[in-house]
Amino acid sequence: MPAPFDLNDSNVVVIVGSGAGGGTLGTELAMKGIDVVILEAGARHETWDFINDEWDSFNQLAWKDKRLTSGDWRVAKDFPNLPAWIVKSVGGSTVHWAGASLRFQEHEFKTRTHYGEIADANLLDWPIDLKEMEPWYEKAEYRMGVTRTNGIPGLPGNNNFKVLEAGAKKIGYKEVHTGNMAINSEPRDDRSSCMQIGFCFQGCKSGAKWSTLVAEIPKGEETGHLEVRPECMVLKIEHDASGKVTGVVYADKEGRQHRQKARVVAVAGNSIESPRLLLNSHSSMFPDGMANSSGQVGRNYMRHTTGSVYGVFDKPVHMYRGTTMAGIVRDEARHDPSRGFAGGYEFETLSLGIPFMAAFMMPGDWGKGFASDMEAYRNMAGLWIVGEDMPRADNRITLAEETDENGMPLPNVHFDDHENDTKMREHAYQQGAAIYDAVGAIRTIKTPPYPSTHNLGTNRMSEKAQDGVVNRFGQTHDIPNLFVSDGSQFTTGAAENPTLTIVSLALRQADHIAGRMGRGEL
Amino acid sequence: MALHDERLASNRRGFLKGGIGLLAMTIMPSGLVVGQAWANMPRSTQPQTFATLVQMSRDCYPHPQIEDKFYANAVNILDEAARASAEERDLLESNVAELDRSAQEAHGTRYSEIESEDDRTALLKLIEDGDFFRKVRSNLTVGLYNQKELWPLFGYEGASADKGGYLDRGFNDIDWIS
Repeated sequence: MPAPFDLNDSNVVVIVGSGAGGGTLGTELAMKGIDVVILEAGARHETWDFINDEWDSFNQLAWKDKRLTSGDWRVAKDFPNLPAWIVKSVGGSTVHWAGASLRFQEHEFKTRTHYGEIADANLLDWPIDLKEMEPWYEKAEYRMGVTRTNGIPGLPGNNNFKVLEAGAKKIGYKEVHTGNMAINSEPRDDRSSCMQIGFCFQGCKSGAKWSTLVAEIPKGEETGHLEVRPECMVLKIEHDASGKVTGVVYADKEGRQHRQKARVVAVAGNSIESPRLLLNSHSSMFPDGMANSSGQVGRNYMRHTTGSVYGVFDKPVHMYRGTTMAGIVRDEARHDPSRGFAGGYEFETLSLGIPFMAAFMMPGDWGKGFASDMEAYRNMAGLWIVGEDMPRADNRITLAEETDENGMPLPNVHFDDHENDTKMREHAYQQGAAIYDAVGAIRTIKTPPYPSTHNLGTNRMSEKAQDGVVNRFGQTHDIPNLFVSDGSQFTTGAAENPTLTIVSLALRQADHIAGRMGRGEL
Repeated sequence: MALHDERLASNRRGFLKGGIGLLAMTIMPSGLVVGQAWANMPRSTQPQTFATLVQMSRDCYPHPQIEDKFYANAVNILDEAARASAEERDLLESNVAELDRSAQEAHGTRYSEIESEDDRTALLKLIEDGDFFRKVRSNLTVGLYNQKELWPLFGYEGASADKGGYLDRGFNDIDWIS
């Protein structure tokens, strides 16, 4: 049964956010017998509440609170108040994610070493490496039921994958398969197998897709040590005279403010909200925001180098049938500077329904060309590019003058594409088009980046306190009982979808926090 | 979306005589508009203004197989906003009048009477960076393409969970690729 904890219970670990990082950390701590309160800004929508309709689902799940944008990235022009397409609901963006669960490559933990000095980039090696992460990746893959690990078969390929696979192999790509997906290919963990519904982004209605909502939080709640408090927006983290964190102030859905005491606070609100909260938690002791002695809170915002290519054929594809991310090409994920850029990228199938194609295929475009592209929808195959982008000190989250209904300053998301990002995207557009051309595409459509789904790096992990916000365990350099548990910890972004790494780090962090609590250090 | 108003005629002359439904709407943070609820309400814009907006909407996203009433459904979203705000109404009226003036100058007739699609599109090109055009165009993103009745025309099947997904309904039925 869910355990309701008292506001004055200063023994609880308070976690801000219930997504991949917070939901996993809270569940794992509860399973270790530690009392946890997760404060989640969104409401609780269960599997049976999800809607197979893109706009209705967007209204139900998306983080729609106003945000501001600046910089030369195209998202700022196309979607000035929607820089990120992430979730405000219990389970966070694991409700929306497509399920791709890839480990980082060895060199991606050490980019400064492998890529060298890159002008206008703020590259830094992670203080951890692949070898150290391997057991945690293993644990996460088992827990999430990732296909092609632990003897779990791959998912069957849908139409969209078959086009990608044929084209990719024709132009010589070798590592092409239906992915490492946290979607059940057979019943597992009391959840059914994939029904090929095609609405992965809208919350999986069969429960086959791993999310903290369906696969973690209920297990945590069963222990009696976890309470998830929905519709609670954390506004400020508080501290005592010694500089240790004492609790948080949050607003409930009526806007009433409460103070939840805490023994430890872990911030996991995704890479826009997490730094926003730390920056807003300024005080006379921490005038630049909490855990910000390095000045790095909010900086180094990364969003992956993305884009889509749609191939138009003379025969039907029906790409929307079945899993959204139905397969992958990994050959370009390597670091190979001979291509003209550092780092690599993945190709993953992607499809949108007609309503979202209208909004995202070519924002702002109109006329006969656009209309005829829309009319080619049934004959389209689609892929998404996801590649490593460069961390930059000035790509950052800052607090704006404008405030929300709780009086909290809105976050501004500033992003300028690095030359490396642009070169990588151009390369990927060309190669993506070549894949479809190889199997007879009449034409290809190169879609600009969607609002960011992979938001990373704004409280980055570093060996030295002056270079980043948190240490190798996600513990802030400045405050011993304040942790960061989401993708904002990422020192660099790698080419892979971030969730598996976020979950692995959260499991490792839970082990660390429980150990320290056990030893009386926290 | 259920289109309750059967009085809508399918040609752009005819619909002006019929009553027209109203779309309740929500403005998304991105500036997009969504909404589905219908009720019968009088129009706010002048009939000829409404007709011009429908033609303009078609010219933004010209799909020959889509009937005028679907474009009219989208324009109704603008019309409803105009009903709630005199400023909105004036924006539509004055900009349509301006568009008609430039049509008159270039082709001796009002915009919706210009025969050639290319000629109409050329006039739109001149105003595509303005607020008025942006409003009319961006309204269509959801106002037109989110009308479920239209999805089959594009080969999109919509919700599938209630039908058991596509596991046994063709998720991998492609037969022209090897």
